[in-house]
Amino acid sequence: MKKTDALIIGAGPTGLFTAHQLKLIGLDCEIVDNLDKVGGQCAELYPDKPIYDIPAVPECTGGELTNNLLNQIKPFNIKFHLNERVDEVKKDGHNWVVKTNNGTTFTTPNVIIAGGVGSFEPRKFPVKDCEKFENQSVFYSIKDKKIFESKTVSIFGGGDSALDWAVELSKNSKVNLVHRRDDFRGAQATVDKVRQLAKEGKINLFTKSQMTAIKGEKKLESIDITGDDKEVKTLKTDYALGFFGLIMQLGPIANWGLNIDKKTVEVDTEKFETNQKGIYAVGDICNYPGKLKLILSGFHEGALAARACFKLARPNEKYRFEFTTSSKTIKDRLGVKSD
Amino acid sequence: MAKITYITHDNQNHTIDVQNGLTVMEGAVQNDIPGIDADCGGGMACATCHVYVNDKWFDKLPAKEDGEEDMLDMAFEPKKNSRLSCQIIVSDELDGLIVNIPSKQG
Repeated sequence: MKKTDALIIGAGPTGLFTAHQLKLIGLDCEIVDNLDKVGGQCAELYPDKPIYDIPAVPECTGGELTNNLLNQIKPFNIKFHLNERVDEVKKDGHNWVVKTNNGTTFTTPNVIIAGGVGSFEPRKFPVKDCEKFENQSVFYSIKDKKIFESKTVSIFGGGDSALDWAVELSKNSKVNLVHRRDDFRGAQATVDKVRQLAKEGKINLFTKSQMTAIKGEKKLESIDITGDDKEVKTLKTDYALGFFGLIMQLGPIANWGLNIDKKTVEVDTEKFETNQKGIYAVGDICNYPGKLKLILSGFHEGALAARACFKLARPNEKYRFEFTTSSKTIKDRLGVKSD
Repeated sequence: MAKITYITHDNQNHTIDVQNGLTVMEGAVQNDIPGIDADCGGGMACATCHVYVNDKWFDKLPAKEDGEEDMLDMAFEPKKNSRLSCQIIVSDELDGLIVNIPSKQG
């Protein structure tokens, strides 16, 4: 079991800056995130879109903001647990015991939820029966492409993931590519490649079509796709792959005994503490009168929550407010020279 | 100001006066109409404010901007009359607009 002064759930901008604030005041922390990368929505939803309302940064993209925050916490060597979702938070005396879906366990007096709108999960097919085949013949990501060799694979979607896999799997499998419209949003070079392979008969392209039924007893046998013209085609297939991006789900946070309203967690505005002592919520996921869902608000909330953590992590010490410009202790923590 | 009718998937009609300048998404969220999640807060980055626009109205709306159609690829059960409600800005011309909210957003 890992011991830490504070565990941060979520590696988006708010989580990253909260880690900075914790380390600055001398607490250690670790960060868990369900995505395979840091940055949260900034990295997943808008890495290339410019942001104009970060104080003192006239313009930067979601990706740049993430990199700058990572640079800012570099001196601290913070431990990240990516690709892990926190499933369980349970009280144990003065501490919280936190378990992830990978089996990592933490014990900590402070849990800071910086979870945005929840964890990113793949969007699934709207056809209900797809659940029956999920992880056997219906997939939303690919771990081992060998299972598709010499099989028929029906790929759905119009972005880079769908197109890249259509091109890749067409080498050794029979590929159907199904998309709801004629235009693709993937990289132009890949779109051209897909159209070329379609011309050569190596990819069966079905545009203006969507899945309307999935059939099979134990094993997936076929799918129905329906075109904009209402014509139904039945495609024999061994696998169906859906690439519709990710959606945020509140997920297990709903089960931790917190006051939740419209997918957000109620907090006070002194410590950003929830109704559970030692559990805080900061950034988009917290809610209080006047809450603004801005990155800059998350920074403020994280700074205050970090100070609140000090009391529970160091019950016998007194927190002393210091400025980074003048504190030798802080400069030592940052590894910079004092004047 | 425009009267906008949101029809939820259980066929409940919610007719609301929405101020000019707000989006159809904001009109729903501010009035607690269920079924529009708007996870990204109106940034055209998540496709969870997806609605079906009544056929009589679809062509009267300002055209989609670049990127909306791309996001609709990811919406739950998109149809020909799908729009992202965060991209429809309310004006007097939209008085009477009817949108259907899908059974879920993802």
